[in-house]
Amino acid sequence: MTLQQRIEEALCSAVRTLPAQCEALIRKTCDEERSTAGHSVLSAIVRNIDMASSSTLPLCQDCGMFLCFVEVGRDSRADVGRLEDIIIDACRRAAHRAYYRSSVVAEPVYDRVNTGDNLPPVIHWEVVDGDCIRISFLLKGFGSENCSSVRMIRPTDGEEGVVGAVLDMVRAAGGKPCPPMFLGVGIGGTMDKAAVLSKKALLREAASRHPDERYARLEERLLDEVNRLGIGPGGLGGDHTCLSVCIETYPTHIAGLPVALSVNCWAERKAVIEVIGGEVW
Amino acid sequence: MVRLHLPYDEGDLDRLEVGEEVLIDGVLHVGRDQVHRRLCDMIARGEEPPFDFTGHGIYYMGPSPAPQGHVIGAAGPTTSARMDPYSPTLVAHGLRLMVGKGPRSREVVDACRIHHGAYLYAYGGCGALYSSLIRSVRTVAFPELGPEALLELHVVDFPAICMIDSRGRVYGSK
Repeated sequence: MTLQQRIEEALCSAVRTLPAQCEALIRKTCDEERSTAGHSVLSAIVRNIDMASSSTLPLCQDCGMFLCFVEVGRDSRADVGRLEDIIIDACRRAAHRAYYRSSVVAEPVYDRVNTGDNLPPVIHWEVVDGDCIRISFLLKGFGSENCSSVRMIRPTDGEEGVVGAVLDMVRAAGGKPCPPMFLGVGIGGTMDKAAVLSKKALLREAASRHPDERYARLEERLLDEVNRLGIGPGGLGGDHTCLSVCIETYPTHIAGLPVALSVNCWAERKAVIEVIGGEVW
Repeated sequence: MVRLHLPYDEGDLDRLEVGEEVLIDGVLHVGRDQVHRRLCDMIARGEEPPFDFTGHGIYYMGPSPAPQGHVIGAAGPTTSARMDPYSPTLVAHGLRLMVGKGPRSREVVDACRIHHGAYLYAYGGCGALYSSLIRSVRTVAFPELGPEALLELHVVDFPAICMIDSRGRVYGSK
């Protein structure tokens, strides 16, 4: 298979099936939820997951905007111009073949005319060590994206400030983003860097822990405190508002502490394609 | 669990109780952001809307394309809050049943209480599930809006939960 075909296949599958870890978390949550309405919501979600995986229907009509992260190994000698063409072409073909809804408009304020092919994607490029290329996708739905946000808190606000900012943003989101949700938190850098980090945090395996113990504990604290808000599945109240919190960090300025939150709905649709060094594509 | 047949008869919405599960059968109209703006513009200009609001409801949804063998693609609800600025006007003009996901504004609650309207929650993100409960689709107006066009669906056993009832009671509030 060519690289373009591999990306296309991954995107055709991602719109109908969840990553195994996300699906397992949802099924477990459905068994454990004590609120009646919350349990009804989770049961419907489980039925929906089963129906989409055994049909040609997407999980959700909002198939999302293609959000793509490309990590290029500095020793890979990749032709990034050609790589970008391949990625965009794969997105176009997958959107057509897997019946993605065309959810993208060409211009945001005035005309808002639909591009008709769910393009363009949003692509972030990063140079990393090694000779591999890693292409990761989030199919980013906007019911949840509309609840994503950045706060610039004081450098002295510390952990309590971070927790306060995240809880505030989740409280404002309430039932809008189709909970139980997945949360990505980006801390540090500049305003834009924190936002990108919060998306990279969503790309990590759900419920995986940060290698730094302090941030791993903070992930667990945030998960616990968000669930205590009681928003519940579908916003109808219950034990499960959030399934996973992942944090990514970066050095920042002495005067600042950017905190970005990316909210993802229960349908955390992702795809990862890796190209091993020297591979011809 | 109660059944609601659409178009509904006078008094049907008054029988829905907040928190109650509702199964909808019949004709359900579909419109989201742009349709709401256009319907309100038409009302402001004194024009007739493209369908008779009497006895009808509006489902906030924009489907994905229909794969072969399906009448419609994924067809779950979208976030209702974006319709909040427009809904009170539409409810006041007779479009008294709303179906979507997520919380509503105080103004929408008041409109339900004053005009005997109701707002039902449909299971968010469950696009494949709702697709399987839709028997036919017809475009009523604004085809140029693509996935945002005004549609008429025929639905069977479409599950929802009453979030705001015609007395203005809101699910989850004391």
